[in-house]
Amino acid sequence: MRSMSLPKISTAEIITDFPIFTRKIRDGKRLVYLDSGATSQKPQCVIDAESNFYRTHNAAVHRGAHQLAEEATDAYEGARAIVARFLRAEIDEIVFTKSATESLNLVAYAIGNADSANRFHIKAGDEIVVTEMEHHANLIPWQQLASRTGATLTWFEVTAEGRLDLSQLDRVITERTKIVALTHQSNVLGTINPLTQITQRAHEVGAVVVLDACQSVPHMPVDVRTLGVDFLAFSGHKAVGPTGIGILWGKSKLLNELPPFLTGGSMIENVTMTNATWAKAPKKFEAGVPNMAQAVGLGAALNYLDNIGMSSIFDHEQELTRYGLQVLSEIDDLKIVGPTSSADRGGTLSFTVGDIHPHDLGQFLDAQGIAVRTGHHCAWPLTRKLGVPATTRASFYLYNTTEDIDALVTGIRAAQKYF
Amino acid sequence: MQLDNLYQEVILDHYKNPQHKGLAAHFDAQVHHINPSCGDEITLNLTLAGDVVTSVSWDGVGCSISQASVSILTDLVIGKSLEDVEKISQSFMELMQSKGSIAGDETLLEDAVALAGVSQYPARIKCALLGWMAFKDASVQAQAKGK
Repeated sequence: MRSMSLPKISTAEIITDFPIFTRKIRDGKRLVYLDSGATSQKPQCVIDAESNFYRTHNAAVHRGAHQLAEEATDAYEGARAIVARFLRAEIDEIVFTKSATESLNLVAYAIGNADSANRFHIKAGDEIVVTEMEHHANLIPWQQLASRTGATLTWFEVTAEGRLDLSQLDRVITERTKIVALTHQSNVLGTINPLTQITQRAHEVGAVVVLDACQSVPHMPVDVRTLGVDFLAFSGHKAVGPTGIGILWGKSKLLNELPPFLTGGSMIENVTMTNATWAKAPKKFEAGVPNMAQAVGLGAALNYLDNIGMSSIFDHEQELTRYGLQVLSEIDDLKIVGPTSSADRGGTLSFTVGDIHPHDLGQFLDAQGIAVRTGHHCAWPLTRKLGVPATTRASFYLYNTTEDIDALVTGIRAAQKYF
Repeated sequence: MQLDNLYQEVILDHYKNPQHKGLAAHFDAQVHHINPSCGDEITLNLTLAGDVVTSVSWDGVGCSISQASVSILTDLVIGKSLEDVEKISQSFMELMQSKGSIAGDETLLEDAVALAGVSQYPARIKCALLGWMAFKDASVQAQAKGK
């Protein structure tokens, strides 16, 4: 197949950082991993950082009068500083959670806990705005908040091209809107959403904007100072980091006004038998002994990505996306579900292939060593809206190459003969 | 290729020519089952005469395994007593949970033994069981209605 201009990052070197690529799949086949949208693979430095924490520094952070507790706290808080630098945020704006799902639930439940004197207080008649392309993790917490408080859930629709329909912006975000929650990049369509118009309108009516950045932070430079959003969530495991660690970023002022979600140890200032007051953010949101080794692993992951350079990673994935869109569109009966040009879209390519059910296609590709995701991708309302019960999704990352995409194309063509 | 164990010709035949697909107008029970992890859906209508299955019809969307499995099920159960169906169903469950260690009782399961390969792919077992679970649910409802 044709070759495009060479990516600026050295995938040949990068692949050697990831031990999983030395193993074989399904009777000796090379692993073609095209499922980073679900979870990314881990470089050795991340695996080492996590296990070294247990091996040499393990103790409960922020407690204990001993050397190990000091070292553990330094490692954990050091990881927080790395995350802050990565997002161009202030250190106190970084909250460690167990996942992006927990980060989003934290915001939703904390807002639900706000009493009538609090700026976040939400009640019947207020509106919460989402979009039709949300992952369940950024839809259901808001559905539930609406049902608990009597607020109304409204949403931006998705066009046939897989873009947000912003033509009714002022009618969707109204004077009654309190929260606008949306994804930065769709985990199904790959669409990168324009934020400026939305954040301007949201702030004009006094609403806060919550951004699901799970599919953007691992793949492109993200600077929270210029995004215009108020809260941002992402997960470590999609950014070459460990599972069990997520991030909530929020503007300092807002985090300090937001009531806590989970309560317990570590998050308090003072406690009596009948009452408690809260520590300042971010500790106010980190009840209990946190996932320390995973936070340290995430720090190593973000340093790893930073060393390669997020702009270079984004460029590489753009190259793969352009190539992927081109060669996939040459397959008969293959239909891309999402934008067909690489403008404002990331390296997540969902598609259908004639009448071949995605599960059968996924199984067939798996037999060739090719890992893809199939189904509704935890965005069921979106696949329903687009009229496809399920899709096959190939998602790219820094370790993928055009050869991986060629293998996918060969696999799809063979599946067309098989079924 | 190992994949051929999964996609046996019998399965692809049922997938391409599904039996008893198209919902009957009259039924004792109608159920709608969904596989939430992949979005596969089935609607199944069941009619009993006493404890004998006289009609099973269905409609749905899904992968070849889920569609073939329900097609095979309809062929197997129509005209049989619920007691006999229960024996077939238990034997099929055992086959699905066997991780490839048994081949299945062909006299009891007929075409359903072609699904034996599914038991080696844990993620696909729920596909094969979608129609069977729907049938079980429908038979409970139809019996309750008959009492």
